[in-house]
Amino acid sequence: MSEQNGTILSVNDLKTYFMTEDGVVKAVDGITFELKKGETLGIVGESGSGKSVTNLSVMRLIPEPPGKIAGGKIVFDGIDVLGLSIDDVRKIRGKRIAMIFQDPMTSLNPFLKISTQLMEVTRLHLGHDKAQARAHAIKMLKMVGISDAEERINSYPHEFSGGMRQRVMIAMALSCDPELLIADEPTTALDVTIQAQILELIKDLRSRMGTSVILITHDLGVVAGMTDKIIVMYAGKVFEQAPTRELFATPANPYTKGLLKSVPDPAHEQGDPLYQIPGLPPDVAHLPPGCPFAERCERAEDICRREFPPFVEVNTNHHSLCHFAKEVYAESRNETTDRHG
Amino acid sequence: MLSFIIRRLLIIIPMALLVVTLTWGLIRIAPGNFYSGEKKLPAAVEANIRKKYGLDLPWWQQYGMMMSNIVRGDFGDSVKYQGQSVNEIIKRHLPYSATIGLLGYLLALAIGLTAGTIAALKQNSAFDYGSMSLAMLGLSVPNFVLGPILVLIFGFWLYWFPPARWGGIESLVLPVCTLAAIYAAYIARLTRAGMLEVMRSDFIRTARAKGLSEKTVLFRHAIRGGLIPVISFTGPALAALLAGTVVVEKVFAIPGLGNIFIQSVLNRDEPLTLGIVAFLSILIMVFNLIVDISYGFLDPRIRYE
Amino acid sequence: MAENVEIVKGTSLWRDAWKRLLRNKLAVFGMVVLAIMVVAVIIGPAIISWTTGYTYDLIPTDRSLVKSLPPSLKHLMGTDDAGRDLFARVLQGGRISLSVGLISTIVSLIVGVSYGAVAGYLGGRIDNVMMRIVDILYAIPYILIVIVLLNAFSGGNTAVLVSWLPQIIASAVIILTGISLSIFLYRKLFERSDAIRGGLIGWLITATFILLTFFVIVVLVYFASLTISQTSLGKWLSEAYTQNVNQGLSQIFLLFFALGLVSWLTMARVVRGQVLSLKNLDFIMAAKATGVSTVGIIFRHLIPNTLGPVVVYATLTVPSVMLTEAFLSYLGLGVQAPFASWGSLAADGVKNIAIFPWQLLFPGLTMALTLFSLNFLGDGLRDALDPQTRKF
Repeated sequence: MSEQNGTILSVNDLKTYFMTEDGVVKAVDGITFELKKGETLGIVGESGSGKSVTNLSVMRLIPEPPGKIAGGKIVFDGIDVLGLSIDDVRKIRGKRIAMIFQDPMTSLNPFLKISTQLMEVTRLHLGHDKAQARAHAIKMLKMVGISDAEERINSYPHEFSGGMRQRVMIAMALSCDPELLIADEPTTALDVTIQAQILELIKDLRSRMGTSVILITHDLGVVAGMTDKIIVMYAGKVFEQAPTRELFATPANPYTKGLLKSVPDPAHEQGDPLYQIPGLPPDVAHLPPGCPFAERCERAEDICRREFPPFVEVNTNHHSLCHFAKEVYAESRNETTDRHG
Repeated sequence: MLSFIIRRLLIIIPMALLVVTLTWGLIRIAPGNFYSGEKKLPAAVEANIRKKYGLDLPWWQQYGMMMSNIVRGDFGDSVKYQGQSVNEIIKRHLPYSATIGLLGYLLALAIGLTAGTIAALKQNSAFDYGSMSLAMLGLSVPNFVLGPILVLIFGFWLYWFPPARWGGIESLVLPVCTLAAIYAAYIARLTRAGMLEVMRSDFIRTARAKGLSEKTVLFRHAIRGGLIPVISFTGPALAALLAGTVVVEKVFAIPGLGNIFIQSVLNRDEPLTLGIVAFLSILIMVFNLIVDISYGFLDPRIRYE
Repeated sequence: MAENVEIVKGTSLWRDAWKRLLRNKLAVFGMVVLAIMVVAVIIGPAIISWTTGYTYDLIPTDRSLVKSLPPSLKHLMGTDDAGRDLFARVLQGGRISLSVGLISTIVSLIVGVSYGAVAGYLGGRIDNVMMRIVDILYAIPYILIVIVLLNAFSGGNTAVLVSWLPQIIASAVIILTGISLSIFLYRKLFERSDAIRGGLIGWLITATFILLTFFVIVVLVYFASLTISQTSLGKWLSEAYTQNVNQGLSQIFLLFFALGLVSWLTMARVVRGQVLSLKNLDFIMAAKATGVSTVGIIFRHLIPNTLGPVVVYATLTVPSVMLTEAFLSYLGLGVQAPFASWGSLAADGVKNIAIFPWQLLFPGLTMALTLFSLNFLGDGLRDALDPQTRKF
């Protein structure tokens, strides 16, 4: 049992910087989290918040230069990923950690048949010969719900629809039975109805294969039903970290509250304006000294613009990066009790 | 696919005829004639010549006669080189141009592809800057400057290669290198730009995320997309090269088609000019067709029907 | 507050590009070399003549000096075989090479941009036909057009072209009316019903359209080059190209005409591609929806937005036109002695390559350096104006 609940991935104070003409962009600046075996973690944030860069860092896929992992520690199943040679990293990529990307349109190679793209993974990592790799690829395609897999395997990516392509991506990612699956906005580029199918598929495969999953998204609706815990990122920092249920019920950060409020509610009254967080995400190359969210925050005070906020533990496993974390948490608790009587 | 090729081949014929017509019009609009040299001919002699070549007929009759001959593949005799047919002249001089053209292009491809790919993979490295500056130099030194400089260094100072004339492998080295320089430069730049573009794309990130080695990523995943700009440059470039490049032929005294063509225009040798123009335009269009077909093989998203 | 931010961002697009350009060392190198070259070419000959008395066409009266002298303090680049100072000739040649490059590029800009914009904006079959015309022109060896024009109309023969002027103007008017009529008819016939699309009338109109467009191009290039050759720079250049200036139209006009005719093709393709991708963008739709006319949209919205690629491509057209001019002069079809261009100087130098190599090296390398700088500047501009190709 303790074996089962061991930690699969721990990221400690990760810093990934990009050297650009405008100066150093601290895309990820001191991220810490931990993922247990079989768990699903959601990482939420606006575009540019550093959620994708965090996970590309885990895979050591940051283009260098201009990117650079400037500090921190990434431990995957006891292995120090940042200390590995690039050849040893390649043995993990695709085999033990697999990734699904946002746009299945551009993430599959348009010049190669999907058979080539599926088979090369298992031939490389599992030492399959051609026939084995083909049989395995067909099995994987069937598993992700492509019915006439024997024929479709000879198609090119452009001959599939968007949803089907994402299924192919998932089949490819899961073909070596990885311990960790990183899904980077897997449904953003898809139609709403297809989104649900793909999420169901990931959920189903996760429970069948026991894979740990990191789900990156900007859509709180997506993570709600899928994840065990959630990290909210903003400007390269973790703003709030909590078990999923607790985060939705009692957010302890004004930014998270804003995000939750801006999820459109079907029961919304027609005349009321939709809520939106004022302003734009900050330029990560030129961050102000205080809280990066202060400019947009409704309850910001002088201290927020002056001093960087502390990472406060408001409850067990529930942290928030805010000068007023405890107050916000208390307010949320009151609102919840009010609502539920 | 087959019907596409046939259709494109059929279109070439009217296109070539159109090009010939335009050229004919251009030559006819220009005043002067092949026989009107420095001195004025006596009226009787001129009338005789005009009669002999059918120049006394109305223009539409002349045009009709020319076209009906050309459609049958007969470009007539050169008016400058008496008694030689245009087809013979082209057949005799094409091999020289084709030899140095083909060799030059193969050399350019070999240098350009290698340098361009390495430069793209090692972006911003010393090799990248060095080879790209060299490529820029290749684009900037006109070949009538480069050719003589090579002759000067390797022909007159070092005595490695003969400075001019046709004969033997060693006489090919300098003209082929001169010719290859500018094309190698073009191809290197196109390859680098194409490879950089592809290496930035999402599917290369996917390939890396699968744990493939850089070699596999490059040769299986990147090379096809990266080569497309080079392929589209290859068609017209190869046609121009095979047909001869005037300057290299002139500098190295090679009896190729390029110089014959320029001479035919300067001499107002109408049949020869029209013959070479028709030949060149068909060559260009055929190579463009080949390029389009090879796109289809490189990129499965392109389908011709 | 928010609006202010937007305005600042809008105007700083070009300033941003400029900043990026300044950060590109090679592009700055190119700009500096070009600036030096332009200044040297403009004031250099005067300085040489003032300090040493040599000019580009001064043949020494002392017969013993009428020969090729190697470079010395007196003659920095040596002399040519008539004893003329090569440095003065190279600077004089630079004037001609640079002006021809600049002017022919302007001609190709005028024609290429308007043609490409119209084709891309109207789209559909008109676009198709206009682009086939470009294809056909590509298939004619460009050197043929240039050589035929230059060779045929050189010297006194240019008078023939002048005598055509009234007819050409008259036909231009008719053609322009015809073209607008055919576009009008075309729209009426085809955009309403698909049934006639392949019919006889359709093909007739298309065929007429091909011919008309073709003549419009010729007339357009003709007038663009005519106008430019009438400027004082054009008149000065015409002196270099024609021994007798008073013989009607000069050869320089023909050169502009010929180079203009052949160098606008790629520009038209570039602009068309750009316009095609722009025209479906929201702001064009918005302009359409608010009732801006077609002409207004093309000139006020589309052309300004294609400026980036056009500037880049124009920078790269200058060296290619200069190369063509040099090539023609190399073949003896360009500049007439005692005038010189870099091409004609190199051609003279090649003859004596084994004994007097400096006669090729100085003009050849000066030209190479200029083209090198222009190419680097063009590359730098492309990187600066198209942030997507930036390295991050």
